[in-house]
Amino acid sequence: MICKTPPNGRMRLFFPAPDQIKDDNEHTRNERKKDKYMTLLRTLIPALAIALSGVMPMASTMAQAEPLRIILDSPVIEPLPFAIPQFIAENGEAGQYAADISRVVASDLVNSGLFREIGADAYISNVTSFDAPVSYNDWQAISAQALITGAVSASGDRIVVKFRLFDIASGQPLGEGLQFAGTPGSWRRMAHKVADAVYSRITSESGYFDSRVVYVEESGPKDNRLKRLAVMDYDGANVAYLTDSSSIVLAPRFSPGGESILFTSYSSGFPAIYIMDVASLGVRSLGEQPGTMTFAPRFSPNGRTVVFSLERGGNSDIYTVDVASGQLNQLTNAPSIETAPSFSPDGSQIVFESDRSGNQQLYIMSANGGDAQRISGGAGRYGTPVWSPRGDLIAFTKQNEGRFHIGVMRTDGSGEGLLTGSYLDEGPTWSPNGRVIMFTRQGAGAEGQPALFSVDISGRNLRQVPTSGPASDPAWSPLLP
Amino acid sequence: MAYMTKALILMTALGLAACKNPDRYGAGGPGDGAGAGAGGIQTGGLGDASDPRSVAYFNQTVGDRVLFAVDQATLSDTARQTLAGQAQWLNTNSDYAIIIEGHADEQGTREYNLALGARRASAVQDFLISQGISANRMRTVSYGKERPVEVCSDESCFSRNRRAVTVLSVGAGA
Repeated sequence: MICKTPPNGRMRLFFPAPDQIKDDNEHTRNERKKDKYMTLLRTLIPALAIALSGVMPMASTMAQAEPLRIILDSPVIEPLPFAIPQFIAENGEAGQYAADISRVVASDLVNSGLFREIGADAYISNVTSFDAPVSYNDWQAISAQALITGAVSASGDRIVVKFRLFDIASGQPLGEGLQFAGTPGSWRRMAHKVADAVYSRITSESGYFDSRVVYVEESGPKDNRLKRLAVMDYDGANVAYLTDSSSIVLAPRFSPGGESILFTSYSSGFPAIYIMDVASLGVRSLGEQPGTMTFAPRFSPNGRTVVFSLERGGNSDIYTVDVASGQLNQLTNAPSIETAPSFSPDGSQIVFESDRSGNQQLYIMSANGGDAQRISGGAGRYGTPVWSPRGDLIAFTKQNEGRFHIGVMRTDGSGEGLLTGSYLDEGPTWSPNGRVIMFTRQGAGAEGQPALFSVDISGRNLRQVPTSGPASDPAWSPLLP
Repeated sequence: MAYMTKALILMTALGLAACKNPDRYGAGGPGDGAGAGAGGIQTGGLGDASDPRSVAYFNQTVGDRVLFAVDQATLSDTARQTLAGQAQWLNTNSDYAIIIEGHADEQGTREYNLALGARRASAVQDFLISQGISANRMRTVSYGKERPVEVCSDESCFSRNRRAVTVLSVGAGA
């Protein structure tokens, strides 16, 4: 039993979802949406194709011993240039929101590495009204390929954000205008939703900006590190703390719906897994077995089962526990270390790491246990496998020749590609759309601090995620509703 | 007082202490790695290291820890010698219960190192049992790579972090 009470009785972790309403007055609705869609798509699809090629071509060479490549050297993407004039404030109250929301939309798109913003000082045209016709030539003249216009109105506890996306080359809107309505406190979420809509229309894949990340915030010296659970927007904003740092906490994981969080805590003096209700911050232990250590928990895709490691007498095996009933089920039974299990998105299989071969390698077994198939085959040690939400890839930590890498491989082990390399990279987590991976990077030595980084699955766009202090063990939420 | 009784009281005390100060590496301080921290497990002083019945003597003269090779949980000859000394001391000083902490260096993933630390603690426990120490007097806990005693990032530090520490868990009043 955890004895500690949450640091704050109540905390709002998720602002209420903004309403999404199609713009009924859309005067620019068009019948040839597909064609126009394709025009703008063309500018981005080659880039994505190249991005994927980092994984694909290596498949043929995988059979050989060690085609380990840092894909950072792949051909450079030409990010798509877009313009986003400051959203129009439709009343006085909306002024600051209009400015802030346009900046967050731009920042989301630029941070994805797929877009480049054309600065306002280059603009020839000015957008003075949300419904005024667009001067395509003026935007073409400054080489914008996409134009995002928007307007914000605010009154009391409600703000409304409208936006439109235009394909400059074809001189047509791309999709219908959309509006989101919500409380002032959810203005950043509305901005993320605009950016997700733009991303989604241009890539024809879902976005990932309106999402949260739960992680461990660290402080203190390396030999007496204090850790507490924190949650933030994917871009580092809106941090809230879920526990205090009175005991070590490790590796939090969101439930598929984002309403609860699994984590490992030393609050009883011994490592054990706990489940936290995000709304109330109430915590209870899960799968507790006296005299054992439980760790490395993850939810099944339906959220009803948790897969984890249970150590007894020095030996770690993989178990599941039914969240409601607490019923345990042992999936592996071997004298080796079996840990870091992760479900496939359809819930039928589990990827995990085991040192049964003599060192850490990746294996896949049925979600009911039974025989496991080894999938990793390159040099070095492989750990912390995480199944992509799209089901096609497995992200992992690889340790080889004194360095750590984050990599991806197909579920049959082919197409291995290393995305990063440093003194210590570990613990990948997937963005909700399976396009970006966040992980922990820790520097060497007494002063080496952990930080959160993100990288595309192409190996491009490596960047540090801003956090208020040293941070580790990120886990991405699903896209918020 | 029979050691079982004392151990039971101790375990109760541990359980209570866990609420305020969940582990000996909690907010109250890191301890000193030699098991002398004020982290809710121990209450008494270390005693005089020249007194063979003192905690200080156990920690320093008998040796409270054994070290492991990279990614290994096998006890070396040196480790067995140390543990044989621990067992002898524990047989003499039967009032003490112990917690065996397993640790790993930072060259490994967090989850694997937790499992590895557990293996190391368990190897020590098994050896002490083979030397006649009752399993009832022992618990193990793995800290993985969460609590290094040395903070540099080369083998000189790693080798001292790959350890299992036997922490006496009754005050050194004996």
